[in-house]
Amino acid sequence: MKIAVCVKAVPDAASGRRLDPATNRLDRSGELAISEFDTYAVEEALKLKEAAGDGEVVVISMGPEKAMDALRKALAMGADRAVLITDSALEGADLLATARALAGAVAAEAADLVLFGQQSADGGGACLWSAVAERLRRPVISQVSELVNEGGSVTGKRQTEFGYDTIRAPLPAVIAVSDAINTPRYPSLKGIMGAKNKPQGSLDAAATGGAGANGTTVVALGPPPPRGEARKIEDDGSAAEQIVEFLAEQRLI
Amino acid sequence: MVKTLVFLEHHGDAIQKGSLGVLSKAVQVGGEVAAVVVGAGVRGLAEEAGRYGAATVWVADDPRLEAPLPQTRVDVVAKLVRDEGYDTVLFAQSVLAADIAAGLAARLDAGLNWGLVDFDGTNGKAPQLQDSVIVEAGWSSAVKLGIFRAGSLDPVEGGGSAEVRDAAVELEDFSTLAVMVEQAHAVQQGPSIEDADVIVAGGRGLGEPEKFALAEELAQALGGAVAATRAVVDAGWYPYSAQVGQTGKTVAPKLYVALGISGAIQHKVGMQGSNVIVAINKDPNAPIFEYCDLGVVGDLHAIVPKLAELVRARRS
Repeated sequence: MKIAVCVKAVPDAASGRRLDPATNRLDRSGELAISEFDTYAVEEALKLKEAAGDGEVVVISMGPEKAMDALRKALAMGADRAVLITDSALEGADLLATARALAGAVAAEAADLVLFGQQSADGGGACLWSAVAERLRRPVISQVSELVNEGGSVTGKRQTEFGYDTIRAPLPAVIAVSDAINTPRYPSLKGIMGAKNKPQGSLDAAATGGAGANGTTVVALGPPPPRGEARKIEDDGSAAEQIVEFLAEQRLI
Repeated sequence: MVKTLVFLEHHGDAIQKGSLGVLSKAVQVGGEVAAVVVGAGVRGLAEEAGRYGAATVWVADDPRLEAPLPQTRVDVVAKLVRDEGYDTVLFAQSVLAADIAAGLAARLDAGLNWGLVDFDGTNGKAPQLQDSVIVEAGWSSAVKLGIFRAGSLDPVEGGGSAEVRDAAVELEDFSTLAVMVEQAHAVQQGPSIEDADVIVAGGRGLGEPEKFALAEELAQALGGAVAATRAVVDAGWYPYSAQVGQTGKTVAPKLYVALGISGAIQHKVGMQGSNVIVAINKDPNAPIFEYCDLGVVGDLHAIVPKLAELVRARRS
């Protein structure tokens, strides 16, 4: 079983996430890390491979060259290979252009299963998988908190606003998993050491079928609407009293 | 002139309030406004859409459309856009709507902006990065696709009536491969959090399921209802009917007390409309401290019992 996991390298939470006013794009100049939500997809792929007894887990991403450093975490967890789509023509790619590039790379891998995390950590629309599935003309199941591989088909438990649906789809299929599906493993020291030597390839836009046009633009950036000054206190033993005082001030009790 | 199609999501025999809010927004923007209802046995819902200002309501009524799965709906909406020349298709945020909109984007090569809180017919407004910036979002494609943030728009009933028309249902071979084995039937337990003035919500920071008793005790003292995050609902600590967030309920009480909730974006979208937000969390870097009115860094297990006692004393 060949499983492709689509992951995103996002600016490290510790170094902060901001839009660059010069380009109106996310500032990616700092350290990049694999989006935490994507580690659940990597974990699920590893579990499926282990249960099947054989197979290959390929992580696929699109981003600047240094995004490969972030992909190495997935390799350290146990993924077999990393593919990075990197091309200046894809800088600032929106959903449309990203889906086109990822679908091109996934199609070239001819994977049985394509996994995504439930959203990106830097403000995505939580829907990229659906655009990729459309381009690949494959079935899609999103928000999956339980996944069963029956050989030839998969069954996912999807959480929606109304509860849990159970949906089945034949392979090859595209699945977006939620962060309730598993607990991602920590890379072992051996895994971290071994990651450097695993195959890491790059693709340019042409190799994915050519860079597609964006469908959206950022016209302008503005400051958020002001919100009342937040009060933050450290509990010194009087927090309960201070909360009651605050609630009384706000006429809530 | 803008020619807009609004996707109306329904559950059971009701159109979702969020979808009607988007329809009202489209009517306010002006131009030609139509809506589409997709499902099996959904004809009766069309009339309601007319009352909210749609001039035309397309009904795609077909047994193959009964399960709320996205890909069959992409087929229906894409055909309407192509045949009828709609230049704008708007959705209210939901798990289903996001999947339909993204599939439609790829099908029609149409740009998709999400998280919208406003739209003027040309551009939209979308707060991004935990609401630290407002993006004025535009489109460079012939067809504009937009998803509005949950709970951002209220429906306005105008009292019109729509022309109801049948939408053709032609499904792609891959669109029917995913099949519903069992559809969700969430059971409501306890008082509804959507109507509560005060909500006490618990997250993973409670530590264990039994500690929801703390949230219940405080809710009782404040005369409110108990809510939960997705993480604890998925872990089986609390029933789904109490879940607040992206895939749960959207609430806007007068007071929202968050206990042991880090405040990830998927939770935030469900409660950011609350009037006053109080958060107790032991992690000083929890994102919820960036959008609450009073943030308390401390051990909720020590603070909450005392707080409940003080509130009870004050109210008696």
